[in-house]
Amino acid sequence: MRRIYLDNNATTPVDPRVLDAMLPYFCEKFGNAASRSHSFGWEAEEAVERARQQVAALIGADPKEIIFTSGATEGNNIAIKGVAGMYADRGRHIITQVTEHKAVIDPCEYLREHGYRVTFLPVDRYGRVDVQQLADAIADDTILVSIMHGNNEIGTLQPIGEIGRLCKQRGVLFHTDCCQTFGKVPIDVESMGIDLLTCSGHKIHGPKGIGALYVRRKPRVRCEPVIHGGGHERGMRSGTLNVPGIVGLGKAAELCREHMDSEPARLAALRDRLQAGILAQLGDVYLNGHSTERTPTNLNLSFAYVEGESLMMGMSEVAVSSGSACTSASLEPSYVLRALGVGEDLAHSSIRFSVGRFNTLEEIDYVIGRVVSVVRKLREMSPLYELVQEGVDLSKVQWQAH
Amino acid sequence: MAYSDKVVDHYRNPRNVGSLDRNDPNVGTGIVGAPECGDVMKLQILVDENQNIVDAKFKTFGCGSAIASSSLATEWLKGRSLDQALEIKNTDIVRELALPPVKIHCSVLAEDAIRAAVNDLKRKQARRQQEAPMGTEPAGNP
Repeated sequence: MRRIYLDNNATTPVDPRVLDAMLPYFCEKFGNAASRSHSFGWEAEEAVERARQQVAALIGADPKEIIFTSGATEGNNIAIKGVAGMYADRGRHIITQVTEHKAVIDPCEYLREHGYRVTFLPVDRYGRVDVQQLADAIADDTILVSIMHGNNEIGTLQPIGEIGRLCKQRGVLFHTDCCQTFGKVPIDVESMGIDLLTCSGHKIHGPKGIGALYVRRKPRVRCEPVIHGGGHERGMRSGTLNVPGIVGLGKAAELCREHMDSEPARLAALRDRLQAGILAQLGDVYLNGHSTERTPTNLNLSFAYVEGESLMMGMSEVAVSSGSACTSASLEPSYVLRALGVGEDLAHSSIRFSVGRFNTLEEIDYVIGRVVSVVRKLREMSPLYELVQEGVDLSKVQWQAH
Repeated sequence: MAYSDKVVDHYRNPRNVGSLDRNDPNVGTGIVGAPECGDVMKLQILVDENQNIVDAKFKTFGCGSAIASSSLATEWLKGRSLDQALEIKNTDIVRELALPPVKIHCSVLAEDAIRAAVNDLKRKQARRQQEAPMGTEPAGNP
């Protein structure tokens, strides 16, 4: 059966060029990058340092400011818990916002249970934080602001440059989770005033299990380690370096940088074609997120009167994801969509499409046709659609919730 | 999540999708669930003069398992008496469709929909009997 992958915000296929770069580091150049006494170690270390440059170049950083991690969850944990631990005597207040990834929210919740104060800022209906509200939330004991760049569910971009400059003025450290934007949206840690930045390999056609954390050196930002051991990565992340993974992340970052002028625009064009094609043929479809300030890969739509999981089931050859409760174990619809004020009914009807490097125009056109036909079929089967056709206002109906 | 073959079959080829005239005195309509919960089922039954179910229709907003549960329910309802209809239990649906634990609520909803449709029909008939004078046949819609 033909399969189309439109879930690139979840993960991406490894680019064959990335795999080629990695392969020698398994069987041939397998050395431990920490081995200083022989050439096996030297060649591994050389590869790691090259990758450090490749990652740093993509965000305007110095290679010495890059720390390799097992992925973005670990990077976020080091940034948040590490800063909290290191600067606890300066203050115990952290500011973040409600639509962060769980890898930011949960470390913050953990700190709250351990004597820290955490402010979760709300977002507007497009998913954006209010910079003035953030400025007002900064207190004398605030040590860290953690605001993501691009949201994983809805793609909304936060004004991180503005936030970074505000944090500089107020003497507060600024961390940003850039998993969804690293390699896809221009990032410059200097002009954006970023002190800590998290990114991941598998979102940019690199391998899973590898990520990087940027930690500013001038002025020096310090993090307590989360994992203790041999003192690797400037003491902030102990553990033998995952050399093949690091090489893959480096190569993936290099490829993104080489195509930064053209690839994000191509992705956005595919995404826009998908959106326009669906909206031209179906009514009562709503965009979740911001219409312009969003990542080039993301399209999150709610199809009124149709439940998300059943829509995905009707086009099972197309891989997408849904904010519907039915796709999670919790039976609660997406907390991101609810934070935007999207009604729970429309949250259940949401589908996230996310495009990537290997998607084609032809695939997009195929998906448009599939979405339109399945939504039409399911609406014919939907009691809600029938009621609306009869002129009933669904919000006035007394439902028997169960 | 992987679906059982039976769920996929009911989803792809739903039995008895549609609507019956809710004003027909021999039609019982049950609508259960809520849009904010992610599932709403409408299930309707039509009875003959002997109070046997001769037709059943459904429309469902919900996941594949909810659609399959209501589709299966309409299949099972045809040919039953009202009392026999109430004997359909959600556990029967779970077993037939091999629903996983997280989808059990879909079968509960289908059972609720059957009850609601039967109760609606009984309520209509009781009202009609009250309104109709003794010894005359009820005519037309109440």
